[in-house]
Amino acid sequence: MNLFARRSDVLPGFNLALGFTLLYLSLIVLIPLSAVFIKTASLTWEAFWTTVTGSRVLASYRLSFGASLIAAVLNATFGLLVAWVLVRYEFPGKRLVDALVDLPFALPTAVAGIALTAVYAENGWIGQWFAAVGVKVAFTPLGILVAMTFIGLPFVVRTVQPVLEDIEHELEEAAACLGADRLQTFRRVILPAIAPALATGFALAFARAVGEYGSIIFIAGNMPMVSEITPLLIIAKLEQYDYVGATAIASVMLVFSFVLLLLVNLLQGWSQRRRAG
Amino acid sequence: MNATATLALNRTIAATATSETAWVRATLTAVALIFLGLFLFVPLFAVFYEALKKGASFYFAALSEPDAWSAIKLTGLAALISVPLNLVFGVAAAWAIAKFEFRGKQLLTTLIDLPFSVSPVIAGLIYVLLFGAQGWFGPWMQAHDIKIIFAVPGIVLATIFITFPFVARELIPLMQAQGAEEEEAAQVLGANGWQIFFRVTLPNIKWGLLYGVILCNARAMGEFGAVSVVSGHIRGQTNTLPLHVEILYNEYNFTAAFAVASVLALLALVTLVLKTWVESRSKEYKRTDPLPEAPQP
Repeated sequence: MNLFARRSDVLPGFNLALGFTLLYLSLIVLIPLSAVFIKTASLTWEAFWTTVTGSRVLASYRLSFGASLIAAVLNATFGLLVAWVLVRYEFPGKRLVDALVDLPFALPTAVAGIALTAVYAENGWIGQWFAAVGVKVAFTPLGILVAMTFIGLPFVVRTVQPVLEDIEHELEEAAACLGADRLQTFRRVILPAIAPALATGFALAFARAVGEYGSIIFIAGNMPMVSEITPLLIIAKLEQYDYVGATAIASVMLVFSFVLLLLVNLLQGWSQRRRAG
Repeated sequence: MNATATLALNRTIAATATSETAWVRATLTAVALIFLGLFLFVPLFAVFYEALKKGASFYFAALSEPDAWSAIKLTGLAALISVPLNLVFGVAAAWAIAKFEFRGKQLLTTLIDLPFSVSPVIAGLIYVLLFGAQGWFGPWMQAHDIKIIFAVPGIVLATIFITFPFVARELIPLMQAQGAEEEEAAQVLGANGWQIFFRVTLPNIKWGLLYGVILCNARAMGEFGAVSVVSGHIRGQTNTLPLHVEILYNEYNFTAAFAVASVLALLALVTLVLKTWVESRSKEYKRTDPLPEAPQP
Protein backbone atom coordinates (compact mmCIF):
# COMPACT_ATOMS: atom_id res chain seq x y z
CA MET A 1 0.00 0.00 0.00
CA ASN A 2 1.45 3.31 -1.02
CA LEU A 3 0.92 6.06 1.49
CA PHE A 4 0.95 9.19 -0.63
CA ALA A 5 -0.60 7.79 -3.78
CA ARG A 6 -4.23 8.38 -4.53
CA ARG A 7 -4.63 5.72 -7.22
CA SER A 8 -7.07 6.82 -9.87
CA ASP A 9 -6.80 3.58 -11.76
CA VAL A 10 -5.58 0.05 -11.57
CA LEU A 11 -2.50 -0.02 -13.81
CA PRO A 12 0.61 -1.74 -12.42
CA GLY A 13 4.10 -0.31 -12.02
CA PHE A 14 3.37 2.85 -10.02
CA ASN A 15 5.67 2.04 -7.11
CA LEU A 16 8.50 0.87 -9.36
CA ALA A 17 8.25 3.85 -11.73
CA LEU A 18 7.90 6.51 -9.02
CA GLY A 19 10.53 4.84 -6.83
CA PHE A 20 13.08 4.79 -9.62
CA THR A 21 12.21 8.35 -10.64
CA LEU A 22 12.72 9.70 -7.12
CA LEU A 23 15.93 7.73 -6.56
CA TYR A 24 17.50 8.82 -9.86
CA LEU A 25 16.36 12.43 -9.40
CA SER A 26 17.85 12.53 -5.91
CA LEU A 27 21.17 10.93 -6.85
CA ILE A 28 21.82 12.91 -10.03
CA VAL A 29 20.17 16.28 -9.32
CA LEU A 30 18.90 16.99 -5.81
CA ILE A 31 21.75 15.72 -3.62
CA PRO A 32 24.52 17.21 -5.80
CA LEU A 33 22.69 20.57 -6.01
CA SER A 34 22.17 20.64 -2.27
CA ALA A 35 25.97 20.45 -1.93
CA VAL A 36 26.12 24.05 -3.16
CA PHE A 37 23.92 25.31 -0.33
CA ILE A 38 25.50 23.14 2.35
CA LYS A 39 28.98 24.29 1.33
CA THR A 40 27.80 27.92 1.29
CA ALA A 41 26.28 27.48 4.75
CA SER A 42 29.78 26.80 6.11
CA LEU A 43 30.49 30.51 5.61
CA THR A 44 29.49 33.15 8.13
CA TRP A 45 26.94 35.68 6.87
CA GLU A 46 29.60 38.44 6.74
CA ALA A 47 32.06 36.28 4.80
CA PHE A 48 29.30 35.23 2.39
CA TRP A 49 28.18 38.81 1.86
CA THR A 50 31.75 40.07 1.25
CA THR A 51 32.31 37.28 -1.30
CA VAL A 52 29.14 37.75 -3.30
CA THR A 53 29.30 41.57 -3.31
CA GLY A 54 32.98 42.05 -4.17
CA SER A 55 33.51 44.71 -6.84
CA ARG A 56 34.66 42.15 -9.43
CA VAL A 57 31.63 39.95 -8.65
CA LEU A 58 29.21 42.87 -8.85
CA ALA A 59 30.70 43.88 -12.22
CA SER A 60 30.11 40.33 -13.47
CA TYR A 61 26.46 40.37 -12.31
CA ARG A 62 25.88 43.68 -14.07
CA LEU A 63 27.36 42.30 -17.27
CA SER A 64 25.69 38.87 -17.12
CA PHE A 65 22.23 40.08 -16.17
CA GLY A 66 22.36 43.29 -18.20
CA ALA A 67 23.55 41.69 -21.43
CA SER A 68 21.13 38.77 -20.96
CA LEU A 69 18.25 41.21 -20.55
CA ILE A 70 19.18 43.08 -23.74
CA ALA A 71 19.66 39.78 -25.60
CA ALA A 72 16.24 38.59 -24.41
CA VAL A 73 14.62 41.85 -25.58
CA LEU A 74 16.31 41.45 -28.98
CA ASN A 75 15.13 37.85 -29.15
CA ALA A 76 11.58 38.75 -28.13
CA THR A 77 11.40 41.39 -30.87
CA PHE A 78 13.05 39.50 -33.70
CA GLY A 79 11.83 36.08 -32.51
CA LEU A 80 8.25 37.34 -32.77
CA LEU A 81 9.01 38.68 -36.25
CA VAL A 82 10.57 35.37 -37.35
CA ALA A 83 7.61 33.40 -35.94
CA TRP A 84 5.19 35.76 -37.69
CA VAL A 85 6.95 35.44 -41.03
CA LEU A 86 7.18 31.65 -40.74
CA VAL A 87 3.47 31.28 -39.87
CA ARG A 88 1.90 33.93 -42.10
CA TYR A 89 4.02 34.32 -45.25
CA GLU A 90 5.31 32.07 -48.01
CA PHE A 91 8.81 32.38 -49.39
CA PRO A 92 11.28 30.03 -51.08
CA GLY A 93 13.31 27.91 -48.65
CA LYS A 94 10.83 28.46 -45.83
CA ARG A 95 10.96 24.87 -44.56
CA LEU A 96 14.77 24.95 -44.46
CA VAL A 97 14.74 28.25 -42.55
CA ASP A 98 12.14 26.83 -40.16
CA ALA A 99 14.32 23.79 -39.43
CA LEU A 100 17.48 25.90 -39.01
CA VAL A 101 15.89 28.07 -36.31
CA ASP A 102 16.63 25.22 -33.88
CA LEU A 103 20.35 25.29 -34.74
CA PRO A 104 21.37 26.96 -31.44
CA PHE A 105 19.78 23.99 -29.61
CA ALA A 106 21.68 21.45 -31.67
CA LEU A 107 25.03 23.15 -32.29
CA PRO A 108 27.58 22.57 -29.51
CA THR A 109 28.24 25.86 -27.74
CA ALA A 110 32.00 25.71 -28.28
CA VAL A 111 31.44 25.50 -32.04
CA ALA A 112 29.03 28.44 -31.90
CA GLY A 113 31.61 30.36 -29.86
CA ILE A 114 34.51 30.02 -32.28
CA ALA A 115 32.26 30.54 -35.33
CA LEU A 116 30.76 33.78 -33.94
CA THR A 117 34.24 34.97 -32.96
CA ALA A 118 35.58 34.35 -36.48
CA VAL A 119 32.61 36.12 -38.08
CA TYR A 120 32.46 39.10 -35.70
CA ALA A 121 36.23 39.69 -35.29
CA GLU A 122 37.61 42.92 -36.77
CA ASN A 123 38.69 41.11 -39.93
CA GLY A 124 35.66 38.78 -39.97
CA TRP A 125 32.87 38.76 -42.56
CA ILE A 126 30.46 40.80 -40.43
CA GLY A 127 32.91 42.34 -37.95
CA GLN A 128 34.75 44.27 -40.69
CA TRP A 129 31.59 46.30 -41.44
CA PHE A 130 31.31 47.25 -37.79
CA ALA A 131 35.04 47.97 -37.64
CA ALA A 132 34.62 50.34 -40.59
CA VAL A 133 32.33 52.52 -38.46
CA GLY A 134 34.62 52.18 -35.45
CA VAL A 135 32.67 49.54 -33.51
CA LYS A 136 34.50 46.56 -32.10
CA VAL A 137 32.21 43.53 -31.58
CA ALA A 138 34.32 40.48 -30.73
CA PHE A 139 36.31 40.68 -27.46
CA THR A 140 34.00 43.37 -26.03
CA PRO A 141 30.67 43.22 -24.10
CA LEU A 142 28.98 43.66 -27.50
CA GLY A 143 30.39 40.26 -28.51
CA ILE A 144 28.85 38.75 -25.37
CA LEU A 145 25.51 40.19 -26.48
CA VAL A 146 25.91 38.55 -29.91
CA ALA A 147 26.59 35.12 -28.35
CA MET A 148 23.69 35.49 -25.89
CA THR A 149 21.31 36.44 -28.70
CA PHE A 150 22.43 33.41 -30.71
CA ILE A 151 21.93 31.00 -27.81
CA GLY A 152 18.45 32.31 -26.92
CA LEU A 153 17.16 32.69 -30.47
CA PRO A 154 14.93 29.58 -30.76
CA PHE A 155 13.05 30.07 -27.47
CA VAL A 156 10.77 32.95 -28.46
CA VAL A 157 10.22 31.63 -32.00
CA ARG A 158 9.25 28.17 -30.76
CA THR A 159 6.92 29.36 -27.98
CA VAL A 160 5.14 31.99 -30.10
CA GLN A 161 4.86 29.98 -33.36
CA PRO A 162 2.21 27.42 -32.26
CA VAL A 163 0.07 30.13 -30.63
CA LEU A 164 0.14 32.25 -33.79
CA GLU A 165 -0.91 29.17 -35.78
CA ASP A 166 -3.88 28.68 -33.45
CA ILE A 167 -5.27 32.22 -33.69
CA GLU A 168 -8.62 32.08 -35.39
CA HIS A 169 -8.85 34.03 -38.59
CA GLU A 170 -12.41 35.12 -37.75
CA LEU A 171 -11.13 37.28 -34.89
CA GLU A 172 -9.01 39.34 -37.26
CA GLU A 173 -11.85 39.57 -39.78
CA ALA A 174 -14.15 40.78 -37.03
CA ALA A 175 -11.62 43.43 -36.02
CA ALA A 176 -11.29 44.53 -39.64
CA CYS A 177 -15.08 44.70 -40.00
CA LEU A 178 -15.24 46.90 -36.91
CA GLY A 179 -12.90 49.31 -38.66
CA ALA A 180 -9.51 48.40 -37.18
CA ASP A 181 -6.47 48.77 -39.42
CA ARG A 182 -3.76 46.07 -39.42
CA LEU A 183 -1.62 47.72 -36.75
CA GLN A 184 -4.62 48.14 -34.45
CA THR A 185 -5.66 44.53 -35.03
CA PHE A 186 -2.13 43.42 -34.19
CA ARG A 187 -1.96 45.51 -31.03
CA ARG A 188 -5.46 44.86 -29.74
CA VAL A 189 -6.22 41.33 -30.97
CA ILE A 190 -3.07 39.39 -31.82
CA LEU A 191 -0.63 40.75 -29.24
CA PRO A 192 -2.88 39.99 -26.22
CA ALA A 193 -3.35 36.44 -27.52
CA ILE A 194 0.37 35.76 -27.85
CA ALA A 195 1.50 37.78 -24.82
CA PRO A 196 1.80 34.81 -22.42
CA ALA A 197 3.81 32.77 -24.94
CA LEU A 198 6.00 35.77 -25.72
CA ALA A 199 6.67 36.33 -22.01
CA THR A 200 7.51 32.63 -21.55
CA GLY A 201 9.94 32.71 -24.47
CA PHE A 202 11.50 35.91 -23.14
CA ALA A 203 12.04 34.38 -19.68
CA LEU A 204 13.49 31.16 -21.13
CA ALA A 205 15.89 33.08 -23.39
CA PHE A 206 16.91 35.29 -20.48
CA ALA A 207 17.55 32.31 -18.17
CA ARG A 208 19.58 30.52 -20.81
CA ALA A 209 21.72 33.59 -21.51
CA VAL A 210 22.50 34.19 -17.83
CA GLY A 211 23.87 30.67 -17.36
CA GLU A 212 25.57 30.35 -20.76
CA TYR A 213 29.31 29.72 -20.79
CA GLY A 214 30.62 27.86 -23.85
CA SER A 215 29.64 30.19 -26.66
CA ILE A 216 30.52 33.35 -24.71
CA ILE A 217 34.05 32.76 -23.45
CA PHE A 218 35.55 32.66 -26.95
CA ILE A 219 34.05 35.97 -28.08
CA ALA A 220 34.08 37.80 -24.73
CA GLY A 221 37.69 38.82 -24.25
CA ASN A 222 37.22 37.86 -20.57
CA MET A 223 38.67 41.00 -18.97
CA PRO A 224 37.88 41.22 -15.23
CA MET A 225 35.53 44.15 -14.46
CA VAL A 226 34.82 44.68 -18.19
CA SER A 227 33.90 41.51 -20.05
CA GLU A 228 33.91 38.75 -17.44
CA ILE A 229 30.56 36.94 -17.06
CA THR A 230 29.53 35.38 -13.74
CA PRO A 231 29.91 31.71 -14.84
CA LEU A 232 33.49 32.48 -15.93
CA LEU A 233 34.18 34.09 -12.55
CA ILE A 234 33.05 30.84 -10.87
CA ILE A 235 35.55 28.92 -13.01
CA ALA A 236 38.29 31.46 -12.26
CA LYS A 237 37.71 30.97 -8.51
CA LEU A 238 37.76 27.18 -8.94
CA GLU A 239 41.07 27.36 -10.78
CA GLN A 240 42.51 29.30 -7.82
CA TYR A 241 41.19 26.51 -5.54
CA ASP A 242 38.82 29.05 -3.95
CA TYR A 243 36.03 26.46 -3.71
CA VAL A 244 34.08 28.37 -1.07
CA GLY A 245 34.12 31.59 -3.09
CA ALA A 246 33.05 29.77 -6.27
CA THR A 247 30.25 28.00 -4.40
CA ALA A 248 28.97 31.20 -2.77
CA ILE A 249 28.62 32.91 -6.15
CA ALA A 250 27.07 29.74 -7.58
CA SER A 251 24.45 29.76 -4.80
CA VAL A 252 23.43 33.32 -5.75
CA MET A 253 23.03 32.24 -9.39
CA LEU A 254 21.09 29.11 -8.35
CA VAL A 255 18.60 31.07 -6.25
CA PHE A 256 18.09 33.40 -9.18
CA SER A 257 17.56 30.41 -11.54
CA PHE A 258 14.98 28.89 -9.19
CA VAL A 259 13.02 32.15 -9.04
CA LEU A 260 13.11 32.36 -12.82
CA LEU A 261 12.01 28.72 -13.16
CA LEU A 262 9.06 29.43 -10.90
CA LEU A 263 8.18 32.46 -13.02
CA VAL A 264 8.38 30.39 -16.23
CA ASN A 265 6.05 27.81 -14.68
CA LEU A 266 3.51 30.48 -13.77
CA LEU A 267 3.78 32.00 -17.25
CA GLN A 268 3.27 28.61 -18.89
CA GLY A 269 0.18 28.00 -16.76
CA TRP A 270 -1.16 31.40 -17.86
CA SER A 271 -0.29 30.59 -21.47
CA GLN A 272 -2.08 27.23 -21.39
CA ARG A 273 -5.18 28.71 -19.76
CA ARG A 274 -5.22 31.44 -22.40
CA ARG A 275 -4.97 28.86 -25.20
CA ALA A 276 -7.60 26.59 -23.69
CA GLY A 277 -10.04 29.43 -22.97
CA MET B 1 -23.27 39.82 -60.38
CA ASN B 2 -24.05 36.22 -59.46
CA ALA B 3 -23.72 34.73 -56.01
CA THR B 4 -20.39 32.98 -56.63
CA ALA B 5 -18.73 36.15 -57.88
CA THR B 6 -20.01 38.12 -54.89
CA LEU B 7 -18.67 35.49 -52.55
CA ALA B 8 -15.27 35.54 -54.28
CA LEU B 9 -15.17 39.34 -54.06
CA ASN B 10 -16.06 39.22 -50.38
CA ARG B 11 -13.25 36.76 -49.77
CA THR B 12 -10.76 39.04 -51.50
CA ILE B 13 -11.89 42.01 -49.43
CA ALA B 14 -11.62 39.93 -46.25
CA ALA B 15 -8.15 38.74 -47.26
CA THR B 16 -6.90 42.29 -47.89
CA ALA B 17 -8.38 43.49 -44.63
CA THR B 18 -6.69 40.73 -42.61
CA SER B 19 -3.34 40.64 -44.36
CA GLU B 20 -0.57 43.13 -45.05
CA THR B 21 0.27 44.78 -48.33
CA ALA B 22 2.87 43.06 -50.49
CA TRP B 23 5.68 45.46 -49.65
CA VAL B 24 5.07 45.17 -45.90
CA ARG B 25 5.20 41.38 -46.24
CA ALA B 26 8.42 41.58 -48.27
CA THR B 27 10.04 43.98 -45.77
CA LEU B 28 9.12 41.89 -42.72
CA THR B 29 10.37 38.71 -44.41
CA ALA B 30 13.61 40.42 -45.42
CA VAL B 31 14.25 41.79 -41.90
CA ALA B 32 13.58 38.35 -40.36
CA LEU B 33 15.93 36.66 -42.82
CA ILE B 34 18.67 39.26 -42.30
CA PHE B 35 18.42 38.74 -38.54
CA LEU B 36 18.65 34.96 -38.95
CA GLY B 37 21.47 35.41 -41.45
CA LEU B 38 23.56 37.55 -39.10
CA PHE B 39 23.15 35.21 -36.15
CA LEU B 40 22.67 31.75 -37.69
CA PHE B 41 23.45 31.24 -41.36
CA VAL B 42 26.70 33.21 -41.68
CA PRO B 43 28.31 31.67 -38.55
CA LEU B 44 27.23 28.16 -39.62
CA PHE B 45 28.72 28.65 -43.07
CA ALA B 46 31.88 30.10 -41.52
CA VAL B 47 32.55 26.84 -39.64
CA PHE B 48 32.82 24.86 -42.88
CA TYR B 49 34.62 27.63 -44.75
CA GLU B 50 37.31 27.99 -42.06
CA ALA B 51 37.65 24.20 -41.74
CA LEU B 52 38.34 23.68 -45.45
CA LYS B 53 40.42 26.83 -45.96
CA LYS B 54 43.71 24.96 -46.11
CA GLY B 55 42.41 22.15 -48.29
CA ALA B 56 41.01 18.67 -47.84
CA SER B 57 44.29 16.98 -46.91
CA PHE B 58 44.87 19.35 -43.99
CA TYR B 59 41.26 18.82 -42.98
CA PHE B 60 41.52 15.03 -42.81
CA ALA B 61 44.95 15.22 -41.16
CA ALA B 62 43.42 17.30 -38.34
CA LEU B 63 40.66 14.72 -37.89
CA SER B 64 42.84 11.61 -37.97
CA GLU B 65 45.25 12.90 -35.32
CA PRO B 66 45.32 10.48 -32.31
CA ASP B 67 44.12 13.13 -29.82
CA ALA B 68 41.15 13.90 -32.06
CA TRP B 69 40.34 10.19 -32.24
CA SER B 70 40.44 9.69 -28.49
CA ALA B 71 38.20 12.77 -28.13
CA ILE B 72 35.70 11.27 -30.58
CA LYS B 73 35.74 7.99 -28.64
CA LEU B 74 35.22 9.70 -25.27
CA THR B 75 32.38 11.84 -26.62
CA GLY B 76 30.73 8.69 -27.98
CA LEU B 77 31.18 6.87 -24.68
CA ALA B 78 29.65 9.72 -22.65
CA ALA B 79 26.60 9.79 -24.95
CA LEU B 80 26.35 5.99 -24.98
CA ILE B 81 26.05 5.90 -21.19
CA SER B 82 24.01 9.04 -20.51
CA VAL B 83 21.37 8.71 -23.24
CA PRO B 84 20.12 5.17 -22.28
CA LEU B 85 20.09 6.07 -18.58
CA ASN B 86 18.06 9.21 -19.18
CA LEU B 87 15.82 7.28 -21.56
CA VAL B 88 14.91 4.72 -18.88
CA PHE B 89 14.42 7.54 -16.39
CA GLY B 90 12.25 9.50 -18.81
CA VAL B 91 9.96 6.53 -19.44
CA ALA B 92 9.66 5.70 -15.72
CA ALA B 93 8.95 9.33 -14.79
CA ALA B 94 6.38 9.76 -17.55
CA TRP B 95 4.66 6.48 -16.61
CA ALA B 96 4.30 7.56 -12.97
CA ILE B 97 3.29 11.16 -13.75
CA ALA B 98 0.99 10.58 -16.73
CA LYS B 99 -0.82 7.40 -15.74
CA PHE B 100 -1.36 7.99 -12.01
CA GLU B 101 -2.60 10.68 -9.66
CA PHE B 102 -0.51 11.48 -6.59
CA ARG B 103 0.29 14.43 -4.37
CA GLY B 104 3.33 16.51 -5.31
CA LYS B 105 3.05 15.66 -8.99
CA GLN B 106 3.42 19.28 -10.10
CA LEU B 107 6.47 19.71 -7.88
CA LEU B 108 8.05 16.54 -9.29
CA THR B 109 7.49 17.76 -12.86
CA THR B 110 9.16 21.07 -12.01
CA LEU B 111 12.11 19.36 -10.29
CA ILE B 112 12.71 17.22 -13.40
CA ASP B 113 13.14 20.43 -15.44
CA LEU B 114 15.62 21.81 -12.92
CA PRO B 115 18.85 20.93 -14.80
CA PHE B 116 17.68 23.11 -17.71
CA SER B 117 17.76 26.21 -15.56
CA VAL B 118 21.10 25.51 -13.89
CA SER B 119 24.18 27.04 -15.51
CA PRO B 120 26.43 24.34 -17.05
CA VAL B 121 29.31 25.67 -14.96
CA ILE B 122 27.33 24.99 -11.77
CA ALA B 123 26.44 21.52 -13.10
CA GLY B 124 30.17 20.78 -13.18
CA LEU B 125 30.85 22.51 -9.86
CA ILE B 126 28.39 20.34 -7.89
CA TYR B 127 30.27 17.15 -8.78
CA VAL B 128 33.57 18.79 -7.84
CA LEU B 129 32.02 19.62 -4.45
CA LEU B 130 31.00 15.96 -4.02
CA PHE B 131 33.89 14.03 -5.52
CA GLY B 132 36.79 16.52 -5.82
CA ALA B 133 39.93 16.19 -3.72
CA GLN B 134 38.41 18.61 -1.14
CA GLY B 135 34.87 17.32 -1.65
CA TRP B 136 32.60 15.33 0.66
CA PHE B 137 33.71 11.95 -0.65
CA GLY B 138 37.18 13.13 -1.74
CA PRO B 139 39.28 11.70 1.11
CA TRP B 140 37.41 8.37 1.04
CA MET B 141 37.89 8.03 -2.71
CA GLN B 142 41.57 8.92 -2.48
CA ALA B 143 41.99 6.18 0.13
CA HIS B 144 40.33 3.68 -2.21
CA ASP B 145 42.08 4.98 -5.33
CA ILE B 146 38.87 5.94 -7.12
CA LYS B 147 39.03 8.93 -9.46
CA ILE B 148 35.89 10.71 -10.66
CA ILE B 149 36.88 14.35 -11.07
CA PHE B 150 39.45 15.01 -13.82
CA ALA B 151 38.60 11.53 -15.10
CA VAL B 152 36.06 9.84 -17.35
CA PRO B 153 33.36 9.13 -14.69
CA GLY B 154 33.10 12.85 -13.89
CA ILE B 155 32.57 13.66 -17.55
CA VAL B 156 29.84 11.01 -17.79
CA LEU B 157 28.14 12.30 -14.60
CA ALA B 158 28.15 15.92 -15.80
CA THR B 159 26.74 14.81 -19.16
CA ILE B 160 23.96 12.85 -17.44
CA PHE B 161 23.03 15.91 -15.38
CA ILE B 162 22.92 18.26 -18.36
CA THR B 163 20.79 15.91 -20.50
CA PHE B 164 18.63 14.73 -17.59
CA PRO B 165 15.21 16.25 -18.56
CA PHE B 166 15.22 15.76 -22.36
CA VAL B 167 13.33 12.44 -22.73
CA ALA B 168 11.07 12.98 -19.70
CA ARG B 169 9.84 16.39 -20.82
CA GLU B 170 8.93 15.06 -24.28
CA LEU B 171 7.07 12.03 -22.91
CA ILE B 172 5.16 13.54 -19.96
CA PRO B 173 2.82 15.86 -21.96
CA LEU B 174 2.46 13.25 -24.71
CA MET B 175 1.44 10.44 -22.35
CA GLN B 176 -0.79 12.77 -20.33
CA ALA B 177 -2.71 13.67 -23.48
CA GLN B 178 -3.08 10.01 -24.43
CA GLY B 179 -4.60 9.05 -21.08
CA ALA B 180 -4.72 5.51 -19.69
CA GLU B 181 -7.81 4.00 -21.37
CA GLU B 182 -5.90 1.81 -23.83
CA GLU B 183 -3.64 0.46 -21.08
CA GLU B 184 -6.63 -0.25 -18.86
CA ALA B 185 -8.36 -2.09 -21.70
CA ALA B 186 -5.24 -4.21 -22.20
CA GLN B 187 -5.21 -5.04 -18.51
CA VAL B 188 -8.83 -6.09 -18.54
CA LEU B 189 -7.92 -8.40 -21.42
CA GLY B 190 -5.31 -10.04 -19.18
CA ALA B 191 -2.00 -8.41 -20.19
CA ASN B 192 0.66 -8.01 -17.51
CA GLY B 193 2.54 -4.75 -16.85
CA TRP B 194 5.44 -5.29 -19.25
CA GLN B 195 3.09 -6.56 -21.99
CA ILE B 196 0.96 -3.44 -21.58
CA PHE B 197 4.05 -1.24 -21.83
CA PHE B 198 5.68 -2.90 -24.83
CA ARG B 199 2.52 -3.73 -26.83
CA VAL B 200 0.28 -0.72 -26.06
CA THR B 201 2.21 2.24 -24.61
CA LEU B 202 5.48 2.01 -26.54
CA PRO B 203 3.88 2.01 -30.03
CA ASN B 204 1.89 5.10 -28.99
CA ILE B 205 4.88 7.07 -27.74
CA LYS B 206 7.63 5.88 -30.10
CA TRP B 207 7.93 9.13 -32.07
CA GLY B 208 7.98 11.30 -28.97
CA LEU B 209 10.54 8.95 -27.47
CA LEU B 210 12.76 9.13 -30.54
CA TYR B 211 12.44 12.92 -30.57
CA GLY B 212 13.63 13.12 -26.97
CA VAL B 213 16.51 10.72 -27.62
CA ILE B 214 17.72 12.75 -30.64
CA LEU B 215 17.78 16.01 -28.65
CA CYS B 216 19.33 14.27 -25.63
CA ASN B 217 22.09 12.78 -27.77
CA ALA B 218 22.89 16.08 -29.50
CA ARG B 219 23.28 17.83 -26.16
CA ALA B 220 25.28 14.92 -24.69
CA MET B 221 27.80 15.07 -27.53
CA GLY B 222 28.01 18.85 -27.56
CA GLU B 223 28.12 19.80 -23.89
CA PHE B 224 31.03 22.09 -23.06
CA GLY B 225 30.71 24.09 -19.84
CA ALA B 226 29.84 21.33 -17.38
CA VAL B 227 32.31 18.87 -18.89
CA SER B 228 35.01 21.55 -18.96
CA VAL B 229 34.81 22.01 -15.17
CA VAL B 230 35.22 18.30 -14.33
CA SER B 231 37.53 17.24 -17.15
CA GLY B 232 40.94 18.61 -16.23
CA HIS B 233 41.68 18.86 -19.97
CA ILE B 234 44.14 15.99 -20.19
CA ARG B 235 44.85 15.47 -23.88
CA GLY B 236 44.15 11.98 -25.14
CA GLN B 237 42.47 11.04 -21.84
CA THR B 238 39.74 13.37 -20.60
CA ASN B 239 39.15 15.46 -23.70
CA THR B 240 35.78 15.35 -25.40
CA LEU B 241 35.32 16.75 -28.92
CA PRO B 242 34.08 20.19 -27.79
CA LEU B 243 37.01 20.46 -25.34
CA HIS B 244 39.40 19.41 -28.11
CA VAL B 245 38.04 22.29 -30.22
CA GLU B 246 38.86 24.69 -27.37
CA ILE B 247 42.40 23.37 -26.91
CA LEU B 248 43.24 23.62 -30.63
CA TYR B 249 41.69 27.10 -30.76
CA ASN B 250 43.66 28.35 -27.75
CA GLU B 251 46.85 27.04 -29.39
CA TYR B 252 46.03 29.28 -32.38
CA ASN B 253 45.63 26.14 -34.50
CA PHE B 254 42.47 27.67 -35.97
CA THR B 255 42.04 25.52 -39.06
CA ALA B 256 42.32 22.28 -37.06
CA ALA B 257 39.92 23.68 -34.45
CA PHE B 258 37.37 24.46 -37.16
CA ALA B 259 37.94 21.04 -38.76
CA VAL B 260 36.96 19.30 -35.51
CA ALA B 261 34.16 21.88 -35.03
CA SER B 262 32.81 21.06 -38.49
CA VAL B 263 32.30 17.43 -37.42
CA LEU B 264 30.16 18.68 -34.53
CA ALA B 265 28.34 21.11 -36.83
CA LEU B 266 27.56 18.22 -39.22
CA LEU B 267 26.24 16.28 -36.25
CA ALA B 268 24.00 19.25 -35.40
CA LEU B 269 22.68 19.38 -38.98
CA VAL B 270 21.98 15.62 -38.94
CA THR B 271 20.15 16.18 -35.65
CA LEU B 272 17.99 18.90 -37.23
CA VAL B 273 17.18 16.69 -40.25
CA LEU B 274 16.21 13.75 -38.01
CA LYS B 275 14.21 16.05 -35.77
CA THR B 276 12.25 17.49 -38.71
CA TRP B 277 11.65 13.96 -40.04
CA VAL B 278 10.38 12.69 -36.67
CA GLU B 279 8.13 15.74 -36.33
CA SER B 280 6.50 15.09 -39.70
CA ARG B 281 6.13 11.37 -38.94
CA SER B 282 4.53 12.01 -35.56
CA LYS B 283 2.10 14.48 -37.14
CA GLU B 284 1.13 11.81 -39.69
CA TYR B 285 0.79 9.29 -36.88
CA LYS B 286 -1.48 11.62 -34.96
CA ARG B 287 -3.65 12.22 -38.00
CA THR B 288 -4.34 8.48 -38.41
CA ASP B 289 -4.71 8.07 -34.68
CA PRO B 290 -8.14 8.21 -33.00
CA LEU B 291 -6.64 9.69 -29.82
CA PRO B 292 -6.86 13.43 -29.18
CA GLU B 293 -3.91 15.42 -30.39
CA ALA B 294 -1.14 15.98 -27.85
CA PRO B 295 -0.36 19.60 -26.99
CA GLN B 296 3.00 20.83 -28.20
CA PRO B 297 5.44 21.35 -25.35
